[in-house]
Amino acid sequence: MTKAQALLNWIDERLPVTQFWKSQLSEYYAPKNFNFWYYFGSLALVVLVIQIVTGIFLTMNYKPDANQAFQSVEYIMRDVPAGWLIRYIHSTGASMFFVVIYLHMFRGLLYGSFRKPRELLWLFGVLIYLCLMAEAFFGYLLPWGQMSYWGAQVIVNLFGAIPFVGEDLAVWIRGDYVVSDATLNRFFAFHVIAIPLVLLALVVIHLVALHEVGSNNPDGIEIKDKKDANGHPLDGIPFHPYYTVKDMVGVVVFLAVFTFIVFFAPEMGGYFLEANNFIPADPLKTPPHIAPVWYFTPYYAMLRAVPAFLGSQFWGVLVMGGAVLIFFVLPWLDRSPVKSIRYKGAYYKTALALFVVSFLVLGWLGTQPTDFLGAIGKTDVAVILARLFTLVYFGFFVLMPWYSRKDKTKPVPERVRG
Amino acid sequence: MLMSVEWRGQPVWVLHRTPEMLKDIKEMDPKVADPASDGSTQPDYAKNEYRSVKPEYLVLVGICTHLGCSPTAKLQAGADSGLGPDWLGGFFCPCHGSKFDLAGRVLKDVPAPRNLVVPPYRFVGDARLVVGDDKGKGA
Repeated sequence: MTKAQALLNWIDERLPVTQFWKSQLSEYYAPKNFNFWYYFGSLALVVLVIQIVTGIFLTMNYKPDANQAFQSVEYIMRDVPAGWLIRYIHSTGASMFFVVIYLHMFRGLLYGSFRKPRELLWLFGVLIYLCLMAEAFFGYLLPWGQMSYWGAQVIVNLFGAIPFVGEDLAVWIRGDYVVSDATLNRFFAFHVIAIPLVLLALVVIHLVALHEVGSNNPDGIEIKDKKDANGHPLDGIPFHPYYTVKDMVGVVVFLAVFTFIVFFAPEMGGYFLEANNFIPADPLKTPPHIAPVWYFTPYYAMLRAVPAFLGSQFWGVLVMGGAVLIFFVLPWLDRSPVKSIRYKGAYYKTALALFVVSFLVLGWLGTQPTDFLGAIGKTDVAVILARLFTLVYFGFFVLMPWYSRKDKTKPVPERVRG
Repeated sequence: MLMSVEWRGQPVWVLHRTPEMLKDIKEMDPKVADPASDGSTQPDYAKNEYRSVKPEYLVLVGICTHLGCSPTAKLQAGADSGLGPDWLGGFFCPCHGSKFDLAGRVLKDVPAPRNLVVPPYRFVGDARLVVGDDKGKGA
């Protein structure tokens, strides 16, 4: 026995390292037919690590104080060695996190990864998405620029629109009657410790649930139903080395794109870092054109599309919140006998295509002022479009029990086809 | 014509309105959601046609009743405002497109549910205005 083997044995008797490696990686069987869409789970983990590491270094130089925050970010950009690089990696990472997560969620919609027995896996995934939105929101206040300030003002006031308790709730969140130093301090605490802790815990649960039920695949077939004499799925291959190697290819390509953005387009034409946020926060003046960062714009467009009704602006908030929360019930809306889009019929394919189009169009509308397409009568064209696509967005979910049952599905093969 | 000051960390506007502007406010009555300010927030002495103590001076908290952005002054009437040829002057919120007239009254069919808030205020002589303290006892 080599010394290394002896050391490993010594550890294994005290901590199940080898057992963990085998059960979770080298003898964890994943479907052999993963395709392009299966890169984004591991890429999300890579971005999470990037965000935590760069976040730690930013925290060393950032000052969570309304009088110093903006200056300290400029200090990081100009005076801290490689500070600009660390900050650009962090800000690019925030946007790329949402790119990866949206593609990861789309994969779930393509192949029915939310269906039985993966309902809890999906639910914890949606919780991670919510957490990520909270993390992005809290982090966006920290540079204390104009967009930071007014973005926080609007989002906190979303809670203020809740009937009866809203006003008190908004004061409770801000810690003040207006967004102020107290708000900045608590948002800093949430961004650097509270939400990341919850996020990490949810990611662990998401992975535990995944490894319990096993991955879905592009055919939407349970590989555990067909096993060989050793009890291994016939259509499964060990995650390591097969998928660790595949994922490394994905990581290399992803990092190439990532570094290109960091070095050549860190602001991404105002979509990743907004021009107005290079102006210090001014509580007396809202910038003439404000829009959230791109990953929130679909929901923002919905919020703007709903007019006040019965003397309350709560309806827009309800629609916006509902658009996110409706993902939670998805596993119980799909009544199709098949999981994967490969065997679903024209109804689901059309519905999914319309959903993607509505998400993209709403996202685009959310980046523009409401009057940029002119008006028909008294109503802005952009608002009419936003209302239309909000209906399409909700239609995808609400009508799913009906169209998924009526759909003409194809027969599902016994084994995965590759 | 429009002066902006800070009160409790929020912008407060003081607007000097011309007789033409006051005439336009009357014309806006059918276009606003709450013409008599019944569902809006203002001291009793400002719950009137022009929502002010003296018609020519409007005092408002410059925070949109929708989600708290500070609307932009679009005082000029007409198409040059960017708000269409029917625009009679007022305020436009850049965040979600709410519109208000020159008395801070919200127009119909916009996200904001109520008129802009009028803070408590009083005049001390002809040229001084105290915001926040309308009884002279200290705010």
